[in-house]
Amino acid sequence: MSSEIATSIPREDERQETARRPWRALAIQLLGPLTILGGVVWAIAQPYRIVLLDRAGQGIYDYLFQAPLLVMLVGLAFSFVIAPGLVDDLEAEDRRDPEA
Amino acid sequence: MIPKPESVHWIAAAICLLIGLLLVAEAIVGPEVFRRRAWRAYSFPAVVVLSSVLLWAITIFSTFSTMHLLAHALWAQAALVAGAVELAIVRGKLRSPSWALVPAFALLVSGMAFLVHEPNPWLYSRSAFLHHAIGWMLVVVSIFPLGQALRPGRVVWRAGFALTFVLLAVLLFADRDVAPIFGRFGTGGP
Repeated sequence: MSSEIATSIPREDERQETARRPWRALAIQLLGPLTILGGVVWAIAQPYRIVLLDRAGQGIYDYLFQAPLLVMLVGLAFSFVIAPGLVDDLEAEDRRDPEA
Repeated sequence: MIPKPESVHWIAAAICLLIGLLLVAEAIVGPEVFRRRAWRAYSFPAVVVLSSVLLWAITIFSTFSTMHLLAHALWAQAALVAGAVELAIVRGKLRSPSWALVPAFALLVSGMAFLVHEPNPWLYSRSAFLHHAIGWMLVVVSIFPLGQALRPGRVVWRAGFALTFVLLAVLLFADRDVAPIFGRFGTGGP
């Protein structure tokens, strides 16, 4: 067979890589919301960890650092500060190297 | 105006959770994409070095117990060394995968410090339970950076190292100054 017509068969791991990439972007986008959801579920499960709902005998640091709210804050920071740029870079990488 | 230990531990937990999410993200997209933006590449070593500075502050102010003082000083030192090595790796000054032995050693020593400075058994109190749980967890997970040093390139090492910080965050968030081992004092509830 002429080598001008015949092409090589894509390697299995390369095909898997191509198929997996959309899931990477989705996974990155889900990390923040899942963290926020974890904080919300925790707040519902243990409302006494939210000082605003259970004010008896609490000090300034109890108002500043409420554990479930800290979890939500981390999730928000990841969602709005880290994830968008990461997804952009991942898509740029796909556009730059679509065969990979 | 010095915050309660549990408040400080929750801040540490939030920092650990952020580090964990960053490392999970890096494990998903790969180091090449993750380090495309400089601020993102430097965020992990910077947060580790910052954690070390905060741990030194705790070492200075938390002087009620010599064992706690020594343990926090050791964690601060371990974080500083590990952060410095990570900084040099991102900067390109260190290239050998063997440098992952440094965070492995830092995790191992930190875990041993947790275990050594807790004199009570597992079910003595919430604090004792968490010291044992975190201590053994850190000793076991030191295998991830060790694996990265011996057999580099495998995703399982990066993913395991990332999830280490998420698990550490969960355990630190569970800390209370006054509480039974499982549950809450005074209410009989969970």
